[in-house]
Amino acid sequence: MSVTSWLQERFDIAAVQKFAAKKQVPVFFGTVWYYLGGVSLFLFILQVLTGILLSLYYQPGAATAYESVKFIVSKVEFGWLMREIHSWSANLFVFFIFLHMFTVFFSKAYRKPRELTWVSGMILLALAMVFGFSGYLLPWNELAYFATKVGTDIAGAVPFIGSFLTQVLRAGDEVSGATLSRFYSIHTAILPLVFIVFLGIHLIMIQVQGMSVPEAQENVPPEKKKTMPFFPNFVVRDLMLWLIMLNVIALLAVFFPWEIGLKADPLTSAPAGIRPEWYFMFMFQTLKLLPAHLWFLEGEVFGILMFGVGGIIWLLVPFLEKPKYTKLWTSVGVGIVLYMIVLTAWGYLV
Amino acid sequence: MNKRDPLEESPPGLTSRRSFLDILLGATLFAWLGSMIYPVIRFLIPPKQPDLNVSSLDAGMADAFKRNTAKILRFGRKPVILVRKKGGEFKALSATCTHLDCTVQYKDDTEQIWCACHNGLYDLEGRNISGPPPKPLTPFNVTVKENKIFVTRDESA
Repeated sequence: MSVTSWLQERFDIAAVQKFAAKKQVPVFFGTVWYYLGGVSLFLFILQVLTGILLSLYYQPGAATAYESVKFIVSKVEFGWLMREIHSWSANLFVFFIFLHMFTVFFSKAYRKPRELTWVSGMILLALAMVFGFSGYLLPWNELAYFATKVGTDIAGAVPFIGSFLTQVLRAGDEVSGATLSRFYSIHTAILPLVFIVFLGIHLIMIQVQGMSVPEAQENVPPEKKKTMPFFPNFVVRDLMLWLIMLNVIALLAVFFPWEIGLKADPLTSAPAGIRPEWYFMFMFQTLKLLPAHLWFLEGEVFGILMFGVGGIIWLLVPFLEKPKYTKLWTSVGVGIVLYMIVLTAWGYLV
Repeated sequence: MNKRDPLEESPPGLTSRRSFLDILLGATLFAWLGSMIYPVIRFLIPPKQPDLNVSSLDAGMADAFKRNTAKILRFGRKPVILVRKKGGEFKALSATCTHLDCTVQYKDDTEQIWCACHNGLYDLEGRNISGPPPKPLTPFNVTVKENKIFVTRDESA
């Protein structure tokens, strides 16, 4: 008796096989966008694998964190490779999620019946940014120390629970070794668990509802519509792209390594040219440009509230957008992309 | 005596046994959840560390401190910046930027205090003169006795 028939007697696996065989992927000018979610998924898998490996040597704590990262990259065989892959795939992960989000936004794929897929995706994007922020501190270097001071201070601007949040995040009044323990736990225990739950929901919804096609493609007469089977045609293309990504990351890891920098020291001034990770740059630059006082608010509180409100509106786009105002939403989206690009570039150039 | 079915709808304006039980059950559930969540939230808040009751700080020898330079000192848990001006006098200010908590530094070319994080500028009196900082830096007292520098809390500030 074959394994398949043994299983079939107990579970209806034929139904799954039938589903996989029937699944089709629309082929048109936008098919390439369908790969972005898959690439993000691959980068997440890489994060989990290299993250588990790094955790075997990493030691949280103000006296040990920096030293253990140095030990990993200088003494452990291929330690440098694991850390570089972890850092590079983390950055690319955020990049591809953003790209994925904007292609979904501009192709209006969030519309009924996929509102909740969009919401789950936005939650994943937010979680990815918290992943990045919490992981950034772990090497306990100067840049991370000040980035964390600023980031946790920003949490203090949340109405009503701000100071509670800052206290809980810092594990005290100041960023210290206790903060590091907390961030390590957030980064390696809490976030992976929450992320996998939402990732599961996200993927199940996509499987159940199938791929979204933009309106222009939907109006194409049926005889002109082309599709390819999901399995194996699309899956093989997916895997090939993953392999290419892995090679690109390996090249980046070798030729453009991420520096460890100087060890964090609470008795030094923030160094000139300090900046956060690139995906926070547009917000960082905005905070730099805002005056000390705006209206009745402090400039920074104003900025943080604006980003907070903006994020919530963005999350609720599928529920707020009315077909009448499609063009308006698209131009708002273009405006936001331009704003992000210009302020990021400004932040790096000035 | 006519017995009423306990599951029957009660006349309007009267609370039926069922809705009373629903409220009771809901309240119990709520209290139970609260008793689970409360300890967790209390656990998340770090215990208050007793304030290191520093009132004065020995900042070293005055003649060894070069003019137009500064150093960062630890005053209790907070950093303090001690500047020796071009003229030779000392000035001590809180080194925590009032914008977003970065540690400031002394700029010897413009004789100002600068925060690298978001480009905030203060003058040597601690006044926020440009950039995003919303408030001035808290001043500290500096006294020099027998060539020794002492930084103390400015009670008037």
